[in-house]
Amino acid sequence: MATDIKNLVTWPDDGVSRIPIQIYTDPDIYTEEQQRIFRGPIWSFVGMADEIAKPGDYQTTYIGDTPVIVLRDLEGDVQVIVNRCAHRGNLVCIAKEGHTEELTCVYHNWRYDLQGNLKSVAFGKGVGKQGGMPDDFKREDNGMQRLKCEVYAGLVFATFSDEVAPLTEWLGAEMVENIDRVVGRGMVLLGTYSQYMPNNWKLYMENVRDSYHASILHMFQATFRINRLSMKGGIKLSDGGWHHISYSIAETDKEESEYDSKKLRAVKDGYTLADPSLVKGWREFDCGTTLAIQSTYPNFVVQQISNSLALRLCLPKGPEECELLWWVFGTPEDTEEQREIRIKQSNMIGPGGVISMEDGVVGGWIQRGTKRDQDKSTIVQMGGRDIAPSAEGRATEVSIRGFWQGYRDCMGV
Amino acid sequence: MDGSISVSGDARQLITDLIIDYAHAIDDDRLESWADFFTDDCSYRIINRENHDKGRVVGIMDCSSKGMLQDRILALREANVFEPHTYRHIVSGTRIVGQDGDVFSVETSFLVVRIMQEGDMAIFCTGKYIDEVAVTGGTARFRSRLVVCDSNRIDTLIVIPI
Repeated sequence: MATDIKNLVTWPDDGVSRIPIQIYTDPDIYTEEQQRIFRGPIWSFVGMADEIAKPGDYQTTYIGDTPVIVLRDLEGDVQVIVNRCAHRGNLVCIAKEGHTEELTCVYHNWRYDLQGNLKSVAFGKGVGKQGGMPDDFKREDNGMQRLKCEVYAGLVFATFSDEVAPLTEWLGAEMVENIDRVVGRGMVLLGTYSQYMPNNWKLYMENVRDSYHASILHMFQATFRINRLSMKGGIKLSDGGWHHISYSIAETDKEESEYDSKKLRAVKDGYTLADPSLVKGWREFDCGTTLAIQSTYPNFVVQQISNSLALRLCLPKGPEECELLWWVFGTPEDTEEQREIRIKQSNMIGPGGVISMEDGVVGGWIQRGTKRDQDKSTIVQMGGRDIAPSAEGRATEVSIRGFWQGYRDCMGV
Repeated sequence: MDGSISVSGDARQLITDLIIDYAHAIDDDRLESWADFFTDDCSYRIINRENHDKGRVVGIMDCSSKGMLQDRILALREANVFEPHTYRHIVSGTRIVGQDGDVFSVETSFLVVRIMQEGDMAIFCTGKYIDEVAVTGGTARFRSRLVVCDSNRIDTLIVIPI
């Protein structure tokens, strides 16, 4: 790694509570992130194991902006392989998904097994004793790049790192517990879609971790008491702050004058739904959790908003664009009625969601607002300057600071 | 059913008018009339082609009652935060592919250009309407309108219906 990151950006004083605006636009920093974060000591979510159910099934996706193949090999094991032919670097799998017995590059017909081992090279011995590969070319040294991967609760994660701890250890017990709660009953995929946003990927991930904005920006949420800061709830952070959960518990809303006196734009008088079934769910979890947004570092989200369950992955697409992939799911235990409720509540999320659409737009506005103020910084000081978890209340930006702690740890800034 | 069926000129005209009037109402920002294009018992869903082809059910807008249609417009007007923009719908190739009593199965291609307040214009969405249109007493209304988007990607957000 030739670049000294400290020559690229000077972090302001105040630890992780002030963020240099430059890092949302600078192409050099974007490149460093690909190396130090996405190819660094993290586990990246790459897909659902159920979507590659049979040996030979594959999907193509990305870790950061590196294309990868997620597949089930002929032994039934999940493999994650960089989608790049060892020969000339061509994409080996072109389709978004499919089924294959082997990986064959169309360019020169180099063939690999489903673990990425090079099996044959077209005309490797030449034609009529002319040409061919050198005698010392070893197939076993020239396979596709296979990554370490783990499957937990049907979620496939992969890493470029040899140093990162095993997945569940890296996540920590509290994070694993929430994944078990939301995903552990099994997933029935109800739909997938993509929301493409005109902003740096980190602006979206800050938004995900921003428990302060949720009931201010999202009038729908506050008005119908899906999520208010006055509800009982809190913030859980993993050791070091890398992963987070923001949660609220139903039927605990305290009188809070700031909502009730209608000081916030987000609380509207006389706003009633013609069909209130949208906000009527069922008590799905014994713990009474009505909302839990979890992010694992750096760009994966496990969502429970009432009975709306989803996974989200925010893929960087250059310094000033990102793509949010959504997997909306139910469980194998769902009754027909419960499935209908989940479908109905999906109106809250995604690019057309009465809540989530607004998360799609603020990032682009920040990107535009900061365009010519690269030397300035943003303020992340609600609830202090540190990354201590918050057992009571969510009027804090501590989860965002946790994200930046992870960022500084990985990037060395 | 793979192709068009034979339909009386009156019904065909009512159905075509409904589809054209609907597009103009949205493009003219007469969104409060949006629900009036549907029967009392109705559904409206936007879904991408991949989900539709795979038989998945969750759309990116999913209204299963007339009340939910009205609530969408109320949220757009009163609650949702977004940058002002308008659409221009280009609809073409309407074909009637089935009939069951007074209800016709209709398919129409669409292209929607989104115009942002500062003037940026871009193709926002293309796809196909798959409609069930009820024609009774000289009026046509959507009993269901399924909006199948060709692309999985939506740029930023979708708040105005298609």
